[in-house]
Amino acid sequence: MNESLAFLLSIFPRLLAAVPLTLALTAISGLIGNALAVPVALARLSPNPLLWMPSALYILLMRGTPLLVQTYLIYYGLGEILPGSFIQKTFLWDYLKDGFWYAVFAFSLNTAGYTGEILRGAMSAVPRGEIEAAKAYGMSPRLILWRVTLPRAIQICLPAMSGETILLLKATSLASLITVWDIMGTARQIQKESFRVYEPLIAAGIIYIVTVFILTRVLNLLERRINQHRAAPQSA
Amino acid sequence: MDTTLKVEDLHKRFGDAEVLKGVSLSANTGDVIAMIGSSGSGKSTLLRCINLLETPNSGRVYVNGELIRMKPLTDGTAKPEDQRQVERIRSKLAMVFQSFNLWSHRTIIENVIEAPIHVLGVPKKEAIERAEILLAKVGIADKRNFYPNHLSGGQQQRAAIARALAMEPSVLLFDEPTSALDPELVGEVLQVMRKLAEEGRTMLVVTHEMGFARDVANQIVFLHKGQIEEQGSPAEVIGHPKSERLKQFLSSTRH
Amino acid sequence: MNFGHDGWGARFLDGIVVTVEVSLAAYAVSLVFGLLGAGAKLSPYQWLRWVADVYTTLVRALPELLLLLLIYYSGADAIKFLLSFLGDDYEDVELDPFAAAVMALGFIGGAYMTEVMRGAIQSIPLGQIEAAKACGMSPLLRVRRIILPQMLRFALPGMSNLWLNATKDSSLISVLGSFQDILFMGYRAASTTKHYSYFYSVTALCFLIITLVSMAGIRLLEARVNRGYK
Repeated sequence: MNESLAFLLSIFPRLLAAVPLTLALTAISGLIGNALAVPVALARLSPNPLLWMPSALYILLMRGTPLLVQTYLIYYGLGEILPGSFIQKTFLWDYLKDGFWYAVFAFSLNTAGYTGEILRGAMSAVPRGEIEAAKAYGMSPRLILWRVTLPRAIQICLPAMSGETILLLKATSLASLITVWDIMGTARQIQKESFRVYEPLIAAGIIYIVTVFILTRVLNLLERRINQHRAAPQSA
Repeated sequence: MDTTLKVEDLHKRFGDAEVLKGVSLSANTGDVIAMIGSSGSGKSTLLRCINLLETPNSGRVYVNGELIRMKPLTDGTAKPEDQRQVERIRSKLAMVFQSFNLWSHRTIIENVIEAPIHVLGVPKKEAIERAEILLAKVGIADKRNFYPNHLSGGQQQRAAIARALAMEPSVLLFDEPTSALDPELVGEVLQVMRKLAEEGRTMLVVTHEMGFARDVANQIVFLHKGQIEEQGSPAEVIGHPKSERLKQFLSSTRH
Repeated sequence: MNFGHDGWGARFLDGIVVTVEVSLAAYAVSLVFGLLGAGAKLSPYQWLRWVADVYTTLVRALPELLLLLLIYYSGADAIKFLLSFLGDDYEDVELDPFAAAVMALGFIGGAYMTEVMRGAIQSIPLGQIEAAKACGMSPLLRVRRIILPQMLRFALPGMSNLWLNATKDSSLISVLGSFQDILFMGYRAASTTKHYSYFYSVTALCFLIITLVSMAGIRLLEARVNRGYK
C-alpha cells in the first residue's frame, strides 16, 4: 500500500506536465468551435432551405454520432487522403503529422454542432420587443444582430455554454487514442511502461477533478460578471 | 415642409381580417395627436405602419415630405423598396413602446447612446453629453449606470423616452406608453410627455388616458374597426362627441 | 462502392446488435443507480446525501474514458477481493467482460441519471404528494403510485438525452478490445482494407441510424406520456 502510494506520488509531476496540453486542446477547440457555432446557428435560423438544411444536417451529424468515431474519421480518414495530395508540399504538412491538430479539428467541429444548437435556442429566446426597438430606431439587420441579438443570446445560454466547456475538457481525453500526450495519454503511457494499472489512472483522475473544479469556478465567475444586469436590484 | 407626417389611405390586413380600412392622417410640426379607440380598432397597427414595424398592404406614408417607397407583391401584400430608406426614416421617428423594450444587457445611459452612436454616427463623447441632459430632463439622471431590470416601470419608461429623444426625431411615436404601468406610476410618465408637448414636439400618442388626451393633445382621432370615426380638437371630440360609438366609448372609459 | 458490402455489411449489422445490447444493459444499470442516487439525495439522512453527492460530483468531473478503464479493470479485482473473504474456492472467478463494461457504463450514466431524476422529483407539485399523504398512502405506495409516474413526465427529456448519450458512449468499449461493437467493426474493416474514410463513415452512419430510430421512439413516448396535460 505504501509502495503504491509512493509510486502514485512519483508519477504526478509527469502527469501535471501534460495539463497545459489538455488545457490548450480545450481552449483552442473551444474558441474555434464557439466561433463556428455562430454561423451554424444563423444558418439554422434562416428561412432559406439552402442554409437551414445543411446546418440542421450538420448539427444532427455532430450530435448523433459519437465523438470518438468523428475523431477516428478525421484522424484516419484525413491520414488516408492527405499524403500524396498537394497539402503535403505546403507548410501545413508539419502541423498535420501531429495528432494534436487532428484532435483540435475534430473537437472544434463537434463543439460547433453542439454549441450551434444551444445558440440557436438562445437566439430564438431573445425578447422580441428588444429587437423591435432596435428596428424602430433604424438599426440595420447586421447592426441588430451584432449589438442586440448575439449579446443577449450569449447571456441567455451562458450556463449551458459553461457546461459544454467542461464537457469539452473531459472529451479531450479521447485525444489520447490518437497519440496525443494529454493527461490521459500520458497516464496510459505510464501504464504501459510500469505495468501498473491503477495508479496512473487514479493520479490522472485526481488531476482531472482538480482541473474541472478550478475551471468550473472560473466559468462561474465569468458568468456572474457577464450577467450582472440580471442580479437582484441594489437599493435604488 | 410644414407637414411633418402624412398618412394617406392606409390599408392593412392580417390574413383574412382587414385591420386598417383606408386611414388618412396628417401631423404638422408641433401637433400632439392622441389616437383613441377600443382594442382591435387598429390604432397600434396604424402607429406601427408608420415606422414600418408592420408593412401596410396599400397606402402612402410621407415623413418630412419624403414618401416611403413600397413595392406591391403578388399575394396582395407589399414590402419596402429600399430597406436603407426605411432605416433612415426610422431614425427620424423614435418610438416608445408599451413594454418599454429597453435593451436589458445595457445600462440606462448605454441604452440612450446606443442608437445615436451606431445609427446616426454621433461621436461617443457627444452622445454621452446629450444623454446626460436627457436623463436629467426625464428625472432619472442618478440611475444612469443601473440596468433596466433594476428600475421601476415608470423609471424604465422615462428612460425609454430619453432614448427616443436622443435621436432628435421629427415625430415621437408613443404606443400605449402607460398601459403596462401600475396606476401610481402612470403620472410621472404623463408628466414627462406633457413637458415634451409644451416644448412643441410633434407627437403621435396611442393612449387610453383620456385626461391626457383632453388636456395635452391638440387633435384627437377616434378609430373604430380600422377607420377614423371622428377627428378634431379635444373640445369637439370629447366635449361634443357626434357618433354613438364614440359616446359609448367615452362613457365607458371616463374616470 | 463495392467493398464487399456482403462481407462487411453483415458484420456491421452484427456490430449494431452488440452496440444496442450494451447500450440497453448499461442504460438499465444507470436507471438503477439513478433511482438509488436520487433517493439518497432526497433522503433525510445526511450521510446518505453525502455519499450521493460524492458519487455524482466525482463521476461527473471525470472523463468517461478514464472512468471506464478504472472501473472495468478494478471491477473484476474488486469482486474477487470481496469474494475472497468467502473462501478460496472463488479465486478463479473471471468477471465476464460484458458485465464489467455494462456495470462501468451504467455506473457512469447513473450519476447523470441521478441528477435528472432528482430534478424531476423536485418538480412534482407539492400538492400532488400532499394529497397522497392526506388519503393515507404509505410512503412505499406514494412512491409507486404517485411519485414515480409523475416524475417520469418531468424526467423524460433528460432520460431521453441520457439514452442517446448511452448509445454514443458505448463506442468507448472498443478501447477495451473484447467487444465487437460497431466501432470495433469499423476499425477492423478500415485497417484491413485501408479504406479508412469509407469505413469510418459507415461506422458513423450506423450510429446515426441508432440515433434517428431512438429519436423517433422518444417522440412517440413523449406524446404518450404527456397526454392528459395541455
